[in-house]
Amino acid sequence: MTNSALPTPDAQNVTTIDDAQSVMPDLPRRARILKTLRPWLKPKIVLGGTVVFMLVFIGIFAPVIAPYDPNGQNLINALRAPGWFSEPHFLGTDHVGRDILSRIIYGARISLVIAATVVVISGVIGIGLGAISGFFAGRTDFLIQKLVEVVWAFPPLLLAIAIMAFFGQSLLILIVALVVQRWIPYCRVARGQALSLRTRDFVDAARSLGASNTRIITRHVLPNLIQAAMVIGTFAMATAIIAEASLSFLGLGVPPAIPTWGSMLADGRTYISTSWWLALFPGLCIFFTVLGINMLGDGMRDLFDPRLKRSGQGMG
Amino acid sequence: MLSYIVRRILGTIPVILLISLLVFMLVQAAPGDPADLLLSDEATKEDIDDARKRWGLDQPIHVQYGKFLIAALQGDLGTSFRYTDPVVTMIVDRLPATIELAVVSILIALIVGIPLGVWAGARPNSWIDNVGSFVGFFGISMPNFWFGIMLILVVSGYFNLLPSAGRSTYGVGGPPITGFFILDNIIHGDWNAVRDGISYIILPAVALGTNMMGILMRVTRSSVLEVMHEDFVRTARAKGVRDTVVLWRHVVRNALIPIITVVGLELGTLLSGSIIVETVFSWPGSGSLLISAITSRDYPLITGTVLTYTLAFVIINFIIDILYGTIDPRIRFDK
Repeated sequence: MTNSALPTPDAQNVTTIDDAQSVMPDLPRRARILKTLRPWLKPKIVLGGTVVFMLVFIGIFAPVIAPYDPNGQNLINALRAPGWFSEPHFLGTDHVGRDILSRIIYGARISLVIAATVVVISGVIGIGLGAISGFFAGRTDFLIQKLVEVVWAFPPLLLAIAIMAFFGQSLLILIVALVVQRWIPYCRVARGQALSLRTRDFVDAARSLGASNTRIITRHVLPNLIQAAMVIGTFAMATAIIAEASLSFLGLGVPPAIPTWGSMLADGRTYISTSWWLALFPGLCIFFTVLGINMLGDGMRDLFDPRLKRSGQGMG
Repeated sequence: MLSYIVRRILGTIPVILLISLLVFMLVQAAPGDPADLLLSDEATKEDIDDARKRWGLDQPIHVQYGKFLIAALQGDLGTSFRYTDPVVTMIVDRLPATIELAVVSILIALIVGIPLGVWAGARPNSWIDNVGSFVGFFGISMPNFWFGIMLILVVSGYFNLLPSAGRSTYGVGGPPITGFFILDNIIHGDWNAVRDGISYIILPAVALGTNMMGILMRVTRSSVLEVMHEDFVRTARAKGVRDTVVLWRHVVRNALIPIITVVGLELGTLLSGSIIVETVFSWPGSGSLLISAITSRDYPLITGTVLTYTLAFVIINFIIDILYGTIDPRIRFDK
């Protein structure tokens, strides 16, 4: 994969900065930063990044931004249409008079926390198992790959639905249910990398210098996976948000007291014939969030490795 | 080829066994005893013990799994707790509706996604490429259940064009032959019922197919883009073959392999998506059966449906694997 003329594959990431320094050594610091940043200034990345940034911002400052308590019921005000600027409830209220805008804002927080946790845990498990699988090969590899094959044989989301059905609603189980298949793409990439690296000269060299397996994996195998993991993680984030919303929509997500976009949509479906705003706004939020994250992932993939373009999307 | 198929079948068996084990373990690991859950609160200790004995829950776990497996191999997935009907019959009754919906969704995805992808890939950065790219992003980012709700809201609710729930108008159509409503009525020659069936299937199929359409468009585009640079395309052009012929005969045919792979992979997403879309549109398929089974804690029905879906997915992937060789003779099956 990487050019063997390079001293170490990790150096590849740094080459742009090194080049910039060697070609234009007198370049002021600001210009150098700009030059490093330039490849990132693609419409997809900027647009997607803005959406993600806004989401994080809204999520963190939810208590400050939200005009009402997301769970504050007010039956007199139930099913009030969006008032835009003329009424107190900008996006209207739901069937028990809760403010839709406030619930959406808090929902962003929940969606983001769940999706990010799922992506990080999946990444750690997937990359860990993948690196071990590829590096040690043989029996370990066989066992891990069998596990991958079996878990991957389930249609995406179905296993999560089954887990939620049997173990009931809780945040912890939801995260487990979403991780259960999401570590696999990481594992595949990590295994491939580890397999191709284990026979390479620099790994032999490291070993002959007395480096332990753990050291070789953490110092030589893992750094090569960062870019791929970032791309996989971004797409996994998008699918995790949709999956979480789907489960909450089916009533299998987080406990009902926590406002999420998916459970808001479930209410929206019930009141669809009378109150369109219940279903429209949370759905729009999911759509634009996922769209933004997908664009970011797409942009990053184009940037890191145009050859990856063909591999389509992650999993739903 | 034949030996490849046999080898693949043999390789699939352990996977299926492990899947069944995993699903079985899931039920075992679930908190609460089914006997406790199902009997009423007034049930005495003896009642519960009696029920446990009747359902074989008092036996060691490997014996229970063995019995479950042997029964499953004979096509017996147990009896629904709630409906006291055999699980297999219930699923088989509902399966045609799900397959019908899936097939129509795939057709929509293929008919829109592939031509759009081919045109976009043939003319990168043109207006059609931009339209395609938008459709692609729209498809992969749209949660199917929300799209379904919006379709109901706008198409059924606001414009009142298409029905929003169910599979056909009550009383329309002849007796089932294959279980596929539209196909059955084509056989009956009842065109009114066919039209009725189509009007019911359009919205759920669009909601379900959009995701696959987006992915197909994206994959087709990049696949075509890649093949366009191959030598044989230049040769064909140099020979004076017309552009359309080059595109559809030379390029698309060679771009098919990744497209088929993606269709196969995405069928899994489509299957699980159908569970949710069926719920949104009250479509009487096996997906909505699963959700109602979950709501009523009908464990045998849940396991049965999950196993059926997974088995279907494994078989589909198997067929896709075999298809490769038919589409691309360069792929050899002898290792």
